[in-house]
Amino acid sequence: MRTLWLVVRRFLFLILVIWSASTITFIIPRFSPRSAIRERFALLARNGGFSPGDLEKIITAMQTQFGLDKPLLQQYVDYMSGVLRLDFGYSLNKYPSTVIDLISQALPWTLGLLLVTTILSFLIGNLLGAIAAWPKAPQWLRAVATPFVLLTGVPPVLMGVLLLFFVGFRLKLLPLGGAYSIGVIPNWSWGFALDMAQHQILPALALIFGSVGGWVLSMRGMGITIQGEDYVNFAEHKGLDGVSIFRDYYLRNALLPQVTGFALALGTVVTSAIIIESIFFLPGIGTLLQDAIKSNDFPVIYGIVLFITITVATLMVAMEFVYPLIDPRIRKQ
Amino acid sequence: MMSEVLSDRPTTSRTSALSARPSGPEPVLRVQNLEVTYYTDAGRAKALDDVSFTLSAGEKLGMVGESGSGKSTLALAMMRMIKPPGRIEAGRVIVGDTDLTGLDDDAMRKARLSKIAYIPQGAMNSLNPVMRIGAQMVDAVKSHMNGESRSSIGDRCAHALKSVDLDASVFRMYAHELSGGMKQRVCIAIGILLNPQVIIADEPTSALDVVTQRQVMETIDRVQKEINAAVILIGHDMGLMAQFVDKVAVMYAGRLVEVSTVREMFTDPKHPYARALISSLPNLDNKGVFQGIPGLAPSLLRLPTGCAFHPRCTHAMDICGTTRPEVRMLASGRVVTCHLFNEEA
Repeated sequence: MRTLWLVVRRFLFLILVIWSASTITFIIPRFSPRSAIRERFALLARNGGFSPGDLEKIITAMQTQFGLDKPLLQQYVDYMSGVLRLDFGYSLNKYPSTVIDLISQALPWTLGLLLVTTILSFLIGNLLGAIAAWPKAPQWLRAVATPFVLLTGVPPVLMGVLLLFFVGFRLKLLPLGGAYSIGVIPNWSWGFALDMAQHQILPALALIFGSVGGWVLSMRGMGITIQGEDYVNFAEHKGLDGVSIFRDYYLRNALLPQVTGFALALGTVVTSAIIIESIFFLPGIGTLLQDAIKSNDFPVIYGIVLFITITVATLMVAMEFVYPLIDPRIRKQ
Repeated sequence: MMSEVLSDRPTTSRTSALSARPSGPEPVLRVQNLEVTYYTDAGRAKALDDVSFTLSAGEKLGMVGESGSGKSTLALAMMRMIKPPGRIEAGRVIVGDTDLTGLDDDAMRKARLSKIAYIPQGAMNSLNPVMRIGAQMVDAVKSHMNGESRSSIGDRCAHALKSVDLDASVFRMYAHELSGGMKQRVCIAIGILLNPQVIIADEPTSALDVVTQRQVMETIDRVQKEINAAVILIGHDMGLMAQFVDKVAVMYAGRLVEVSTVREMFTDPKHPYARALISSLPNLDNKGVFQGIPGLAPSLLRLPTGCAFHPRCTHAMDICGTTRPEVRMLASGRVVTCHLFNEEA
């Protein structure tokens, strides 16, 4: 009964978060004096073919089409009912693509790169951090974490550019950008998969170099606390071997708060994507969001921001239910 | 005699004289001239200085002394768990016929729990919060008995839990589901899993209420009889000690200043520090007439010359400020480290 109530409460909270986030995202682009439609057609007009009077007519017609001539409140109601159906309508800038179409085309690229690198960084960083804090680990192994901590100080933009310049441009080891080689048509073959993987290596490295150090530092701090705990000492008094103490008594306890950090890190996936995807000319949510912001294409902005919000809020709620599985102390409460 | 007093290094003859108690069976534990130094930034701190004593199977020794007198360092040194910047400089710890100080790291790891077990002050935090109690017992057994069958390990754990009066269901529980006294008894159960010859209990009753303290002490008493182990009980509580141990050892500034039977210690303490310690205890017969010990325990980094206790000692003589007293065994078999008894030895 208590568990059921907890689930209901968390679910209500989730809805509240999504509602507030969608309301805020609705309001903010409306403060902008710019109009995506006007800008798009002004651009077309510069290339010729429209008289100024026609242009105004077209813009008015388009605004009616998108419901932009209705009172703001009416637009908000329409928007919220769209949110409920996960329907964000059409892109203003890339009409007639729908927002959902654009997102679902971009998402696999972003998830493929960012999910893999976030998980890899988490695993590498926490292991290195745990080892760095473990007094019995060999000195050279403990030192492996240090360069990663130093690399954290390099902004991802600079790291991406440096990698591109040295590995891609000077050494010509890896491609300079894009998701696959120019002229290749995406298909399900090993050759294409290999080509794609080669294009992902540099952005992946830039992301991993940028985030491993953070995990190292937080894990190292956690590790130093845990290794002083009585149960780690008692494990040694029990005559356990070093590997068991490290894994079952030290690492397992030190990892608990890191798991929460991991869920939060997943939420920043899209923000990191904006920078990396634009440096490496990769298709993905980051590039999509950047284009949308540049052209004030607010249906797309709504779609992406809401997508991020829903993902993070859902992950947080999911964490509440995963956490008791890894920490028995939470189970009873 | 003189040469012994003057010699800096203890001679083996004196050590063997200490081991050969007038009566009693073959000792299971012999600690000989144990010395531990911590190399701190502020200088070298000798936390254990020339500590020797023996214990027979079934014997219970209470180890008392102020904080920082070296009680816990002694326990850690016996387990060979002194961490840097500390180091065991000299001495031997012999359990049965194994010299622990001569073992390599892996053999020492296996000796822990199977020959010499340590029961921590476990009421609060000595059990892994994310592992079931059972898993923490099983891993202990497994790491010592390769290839032991699962059912045999299970029986061993069940028996240990039963010995400390815990329900078999505790096996499936987590530390946070147990009370302080239950957690402490789990630690005792783990300590006796492999029937060690020596058990060191480091303040097993602190952080427990008096009723639970008594239960825990009775549990230690019972399991100790069951496996006939020698027990070293470390603690501050002289009253609790008096009820449970056979012998009391008093430590001061890293040295063992007196080892006597409980009766002797409480009725006729020899060493001036032991006397002061006993007279500082509340007493039912002469209520209100107990005194503290003037002064503070010295810093191990700046020990007084000669006897470390002489600045606080009411019986201090000239020699006390210049010459370090040797460990002596009195005719009664009691061990005292004090110049007052130079004649009696």
